[in-house]
Amino acid sequence: MNQNQPLRTLGRTPQKSPLTLYGTEIASRLLLGTALYPSPQIMSDAIRAARADIVTVSLRREQARGRTGERFLDLIRALPVRLLPNTAGCRTAKEAITTAEMARELLETNWIKLEVIANDDTLQPDLFGLVAAAEELGKRGFEVFPYMTEDLSAAERLVAAGCRVLMPWGSPIGSGRGLANPHALRTLRAYFPDLPLVVDAGIGAPSHAAAAMELGYDAVLLNTAVAKAHDPVRMASAFADAIDAGRAAFEAGLIAPSDRAQPSTPVAGTPFFDLDPPKNR
Amino acid sequence: MTSTTTRLREITVNGSTVATASDTVDALVAEQGFGGVKVATAVNGDFVPERRRADTALAVGDHVEILSVRQGG
Repeated sequence: MNQNQPLRTLGRTPQKSPLTLYGTEIASRLLLGTALYPSPQIMSDAIRAARADIVTVSLRREQARGRTGERFLDLIRALPVRLLPNTAGCRTAKEAITTAEMARELLETNWIKLEVIANDDTLQPDLFGLVAAAEELGKRGFEVFPYMTEDLSAAERLVAAGCRVLMPWGSPIGSGRGLANPHALRTLRAYFPDLPLVVDAGIGAPSHAAAAMELGYDAVLLNTAVAKAHDPVRMASAFADAIDAGRAAFEAGLIAPSDRAQPSTPVAGTPFFDLDPPKNR
Repeated sequence: MTSTTTRLREITVNGSTVATASDTVDALVAEQGFGGVKVATAVNGDFVPERRRADTALAVGDHVEILSVRQGG
């Protein structure tokens, strides 16, 4: 290896397999939320620093005689990103389906991040409502990104409903607790080796995101950990680096953990070591 | 509530009670100041596409949602 090669370029190989979501090739494996930033400018700067290709947006009540939505849309459309509208806050399949239809009309996209929320404390997905909504939205031509728990039976139902990407939570939205159940996430990954899987929610630190990528997850969707950081722009960049690193590690092939130590330095030729123990010591 | 001049009906718009003279969703959207603004509408939980607003009639007690795009996670 050329010792004079700049360190930054070492090992920066292109991705082996690009991420494809519903037929669209996506360069960035970091999907970023647009909420909770200190200012619109910081949000825009953070999206650029994250090198994100997909950002999530919501639908909310427009204020009387207001154009708040249009102003936000102008801001976000100035960025080179694709929009993934969500159904955040919906509590029933019907609410989510109606919200998805409204989002499709406003944003002219079939993509919908489907959220059907079961519980206020955990914001955990209502899997029954989620499956019902996904089935109906699939019939109506939507391309559904379901926010789910890591439940395997729900995953199977969602795939049967036509979902071609699944988004299990890491831990509850905004909790920053990382991957609460890495074993179940690993099981899900093994069960659907070819389906795009995105860890959505609960990510608090770049190391959490890297861990998800090392498990073989295709991407990570996060918001709060960047938006509520002391310096959101810098944190966005840190997450982008961590996700790149985690993906590269997965593609490179991680070693299997072992219970016993194994010397990394060759044993052969170890000094001060004789097969016959010294006699007079 | 009755009126001798204009027939007003009481409906709910984005969670607030409104007395409106509008007969249709299209008229309501304009009356509420959203004429020419990019919004999406629903009545009683059902999506009303923009092209159907003009022939979607409003009745007393209807719940109308008028939404636009916002920040989200």
